[in-house]
Amino acid sequence: MNTMLQILQKDLFIEWRARSRTISLISFAYTILLLFSFAVGPNAVAMRQHAAAYLWLSILLSSTLLLDRSMRIEIEAGALHTLLLAPVSKAGLFYGKALANTFQLMVLAGISIPLIYVICDATLVESAGWLILTAILGTAGLAAPGTLYSAMTARMTGKQLLLPLLLFPLVVPVIVAAVKATTLAMLGDPMDQIGAWLTLLICFDLVYWSLCGVLFGRVIEA
Amino acid sequence: MLGLGLLVWAHYAGLVHEETSEFMMGDVGRILYAHVPTAWNGLLTYLVAFIAAVGALATSKKGWDALVEASVEVGVLLNVLLLIQGSLWAKPTWGVWWDWDPRLTTSAIMVVAFGVVLALRQSIQEPGRRLTISSVATIVAFINVPIVYMSVKWWRTLHQDFSTPETVDATLKLPLRVAAFGMLFIGIFFVVARWRIAMRRLSREMDAPELPDAPKPLTVEA
Repeated sequence: MNTMLQILQKDLFIEWRARSRTISLISFAYTILLLFSFAVGPNAVAMRQHAAAYLWLSILLSSTLLLDRSMRIEIEAGALHTLLLAPVSKAGLFYGKALANTFQLMVLAGISIPLIYVICDATLVESAGWLILTAILGTAGLAAPGTLYSAMTARMTGKQLLLPLLLFPLVVPVIVAAVKATTLAMLGDPMDQIGAWLTLLICFDLVYWSLCGVLFGRVIEA
Repeated sequence: MLGLGLLVWAHYAGLVHEETSEFMMGDVGRILYAHVPTAWNGLLTYLVAFIAAVGALATSKKGWDALVEASVEVGVLLNVLLLIQGSLWAKPTWGVWWDWDPRLTTSAIMVVAFGVVLALRQSIQEPGRRLTISSVATIVAFINVPIVYMSVKWWRTLHQDFSTPETVDATLKLPLRVAAFGMLFIGIFFVVARWRIAMRRLSREMDAPELPDAPKPLTVEA
């Protein structure tokens, strides 16, 4: 628990110190949002309907950059070796890094959602609480397998290709559920379906936050 | 050989005899005898891969590691065959090559999720790391299958109800069963053959390289 908090604090501190990188990440997400609107064309109705899809795809694409960087700071200068030599639990290491990644993705989502409102002229029919809850659960669902896989691919050749190849098929349920829940929150939910989608997200999060925590120790030692 | 024989016999029984033709679809429905066994055995092979991956992580024995490689490869092969057969059948019956039905979508995602395991194995040189990382990727991919299926099913059924009656008539059952066993034996044959190759390669990797000949002692003539 202590390890987890310290790793979390360390990662966030590093990110805070390197704010320019965070800004470039946000610019990347913002550019993707713009590109989606150019690709679809000036169709206000379609833009509003697909706003949630653009939001989550831009978060997913940016997440590969973020995850790659979060593991690179450990590999560079042998920081990871030193961490592994220290008597700390591997699970704590995983949960610390995964929480730091979740937090950063949440910040990214928090900045992207207002942008979506500006660019796509999105609406918010249901309460904003659903949107925030979806953002938290969705980013957590991306961060847990993402942290595991970035640790696996960190020292490989061709990791830029392997990380998305591993991660994208795995997070299909997260994207499906998060996009549906966000759409329902934005456009209205007359059938009360949003709860079911959030339940799916919670199930995914529970499975992967526990499974990846168990497997991370083996991966990081290899 | 037994598998091939059974498959030939089953396909003869299924394809040539009049009464085994499917009532609604006519001759097109006869792909059932190839398609359904491929699906069953593909899933079975992935199950073997999952068990082998757990075994490999628990024991670090190269036998399990070779089985992971063999069964994932055969599983991906069957999976690709399954998608091709499915598309061939879907065009004349549904009028489209592809449909976003949960089973189709899940099989398409499975190809990528398990195919990446093979790519991962190719890109890691060190045997110990390769064992750990490919086993972890296999376990995660396998556990993800039911979640992907669930999410896509919800995603579809909230739009429209999709159902296919799964009743198989008695006259179709015998060729189908025989074909399934035929495919099973062929699958086992492939996995075993592939396992042998993988074992040899792994053993060769782990053996020390052959030493060069020892220099001859100098003899000084008196």
